[in-house]
Amino acid sequence: MSHHLPVLLVVVPLVAAPVIALLNRPRISWAVAVAVTLWVLYAALALLSQTMVDGAIHYALGGWVAPYGIEYVVDPVNAWVIVIVALIGALVTPYARMSVEREISEDRIPLFYAAFILCLTGLLGIAVTGDVFNVFVFLEISSLSAYALIALGKDRRALTASFQYLIMGSVGATFIVIGIGLMYVMTGTLNMADLANRLPEVASTRTIPVAFTFLTVGITLKLALFPLHLWLPNAYTYAPSAVTAFLASTATKVAVYLLLRFFFTIFGVTFSFDVMQLDRILMPLALVAILTMSLVAIYQENVKRLLAYSSIAQIGYIVLGISLASVLGLTAGILHLFNHALMKGALFMSMGCVMYRVGSVRLERMGGLGRAMPWTMAAFVVGGLSLIGAPLTVGFISKWYLVQAALEQGMWPVAGVVLLGSLLALMYVWKVIEVAYFREVDPELGITEAPLSLLAPTWVLALSNVYFGIDASRTVGIATRAAELLLGVLS
Amino acid sequence: MSALGLFNYWAAIFLMMVGFYTLIARGNLIKKIIGLNIFQTSVFILYITMGKITGGTAPIFVEGGRDVVYSNPIPHVLILTAIVVGVATSAVGLSLVIRIKEAYGTIEEDEIEDESL
Repeated sequence: MSHHLPVLLVVVPLVAAPVIALLNRPRISWAVAVAVTLWVLYAALALLSQTMVDGAIHYALGGWVAPYGIEYVVDPVNAWVIVIVALIGALVTPYARMSVEREISEDRIPLFYAAFILCLTGLLGIAVTGDVFNVFVFLEISSLSAYALIALGKDRRALTASFQYLIMGSVGATFIVIGIGLMYVMTGTLNMADLANRLPEVASTRTIPVAFTFLTVGITLKLALFPLHLWLPNAYTYAPSAVTAFLASTATKVAVYLLLRFFFTIFGVTFSFDVMQLDRILMPLALVAILTMSLVAIYQENVKRLLAYSSIAQIGYIVLGISLASVLGLTAGILHLFNHALMKGALFMSMGCVMYRVGSVRLERMGGLGRAMPWTMAAFVVGGLSLIGAPLTVGFISKWYLVQAALEQGMWPVAGVVLLGSLLALMYVWKVIEVAYFREVDPELGITEAPLSLLAPTWVLALSNVYFGIDASRTVGIATRAAELLLGVLS
Repeated sequence: MSALGLFNYWAAIFLMMVGFYTLIARGNLIKKIIGLNIFQTSVFILYITMGKITGGTAPIFVEGGRDVVYSNPIPHVLILTAIVVGVATSAVGLSLVIRIKEAYGTIEEDEIEDESL
């Protein structure tokens, strides 16, 4: 069975989703969803350890050999992304039970889990496939289910947020299809490895740079790089808490993976960065994202919205690392992919706990929560410290590598912006901490600590922020290996 | 190839711009979905055009026909998938519009914004 793991990773959740919808009992649907996510986590970890030992795993779907058939390829880069998605999925699903009971009406709960597992399927599929058109199909599976998940939010603004995301997301996906089509017309292949071989021959035509441009715009729209981030703040703010925690930690990360795959594996670093000079556009946008979005975050009164703007700034850090196009820079970017999933997962989950007890995450309703919900807010503080980049947390590790990578190329101002971004993060995290710890709690509200089934997954993530912040050898090792692989330093 | 020979590509670009403009400029949510559909359809034409070879026939093996030219069937297959995706997107979009109409009583973007304040 282990031979078929790459395809089972996608097929099991894909088959489970309609089963969950048909079972149509909230508790049973939830139990199946948990079982599926746990199995996916097991498969993801098995694939990661296998690929770290044996190198890339190739799986031909239905026995049709690439480039004629669709091929699934697992190498350290996407095994890493698969583990991130699977880990967050396995933590959010147990968390979702109580959170969802409070935020979604009972008859919709089984459908919620079906859409949730479909979204997981799509994200895993994007990561595992070695075929560019297959990427588009999985992208739409994950996006369409994400629109449905966001629209399940209690606030009616969730509907408009979802609609806005649908319009922008579909435009992004269509741009990606145009890019794929233009690549296909020049090379006659859709297989990623085959494309990488055939593209250099035709790279001097006008079609390939146009394809490259369409793909860049489409993918950066999906990963919410400034200024194409407009769909993100509303979507994250009004979606149900569990959905926000899941999407914030996985959806944009998978889009970043697509960026890496297209620019480094398919087009190659020479074409992307020497011919097309991608760094000249990515780096300024990343720097602007870090500064402006952190500033905007400081002025937010809704903590989920605050964290959403902070997410756009953090995506700036990841893209900044990629735009340096060096082993250190890519390592920093790939490391932050994982680290940001850990910190935003913990932060959004602790906000889900607040939502469960208080019914709102607006700052004026959160006074004194540090005393009323000590464990919830302590998890927020740990996640917040990580976001700032305090030592002993994962945030410090990724910023350390990012600053080193910038200095390696003599870019002092870039390193300065990274540190300034941390300062701004300190300001917006402090704003929440100040309200939660230095204001009196209203005893009439009778707010108590969140239940254990919400706290446990939150704390698993909060503690892993600290664990991987102290012992980063494993994560840095995988990230470095992935970076070397993408740059072709190591085959 | 003359400009007229590229007619299909011109049509695709024209439809693409019409769809994209409708999507951005119209405040009515249904019209936005229509714009999105036209935009996606232009890509379908782009793909189908790519697969066509002058004098090419359907890709069914002809006995003894060594110099038969076949059109590439793969773009058609890909677009069949893309059409399904497009239909699903429209379905989700339109059902969202229904929910928005129920919640806000309007499907005009500016009126929804006034309501939200």
